[in-house]
Amino acid sequence: MSDESNPIRNAITEAIDENHVILFMKGTPDQPMCGFSARTVGTLQSLQTPFAAVDVLPDPRIRQELSELSNWPTIPQLFVDGELVGGCDIVTEMHASGELAEVIGVPEDATAESGNSTEDAPEPAQAPPMQIENRLE
Amino acid sequence: MAVARLFSMPTSEELKQRIEDAIPGASADVEDLTGGGDHFRATVTADAFGGLSRLQQHRLVYDVFGDEVGGPIHALSIKTQPE
Repeated sequence: MSDESNPIRNAITEAIDENHVILFMKGTPDQPMCGFSARTVGTLQSLQTPFAAVDVLPDPRIRQELSELSNWPTIPQLFVDGELVGGCDIVTEMHASGELAEVIGVPEDATAESGNSTEDAPEPAQAPPMQIENRLE
Repeated sequence: MAVARLFSMPTSEELKQRIEDAIPGASADVEDLTGGGDHFRATVTADAFGGLSRLQQHRLVYDVFGDEVGGPIHALSIKTQPE
């Protein structure tokens, strides 16, 4: 479990610890490479909440380590406050029931089901996608 | 061609059977979303889900298939409900 033994696992753990909301996905929020990742990004963006995103595609080891760590086989995976919330299905269900906004801590008026954002809603301050592999050099 | 069958794509009927065999009291409805044998949606009702979080319920279903999820079963969309 030393830092040298598994740099990818350590980088993943660190990213999860350092970000209130973090999504591991295929592709990036701007260019999702899978329908499930795209839908999950869309759900998060509709909450107008900032989130970090990690593309698992550049290195297959990211996905492998992540799934071992989270005990969850598929991508995307959403973490809030260091805890796995779920994949696309769970995120979608939790959004529909209002639980997602609650878990993330989004103010209620930002969670209106309509696609229209309210006039004074802040721009989603979206974190740039993280490049986990760059941390390994 | 018994060998070829081993590597054939799973069917929704097989997935349903395996879920119901593996999870006590489960009743499953499995849909092949694309007809291609690799994108499925499973709706599962089970006694065993009682008292478990949604995450834990989904894990029980994923666990039926182990490494096959992400492999031959490219995508398994899950909806669970306690009995």
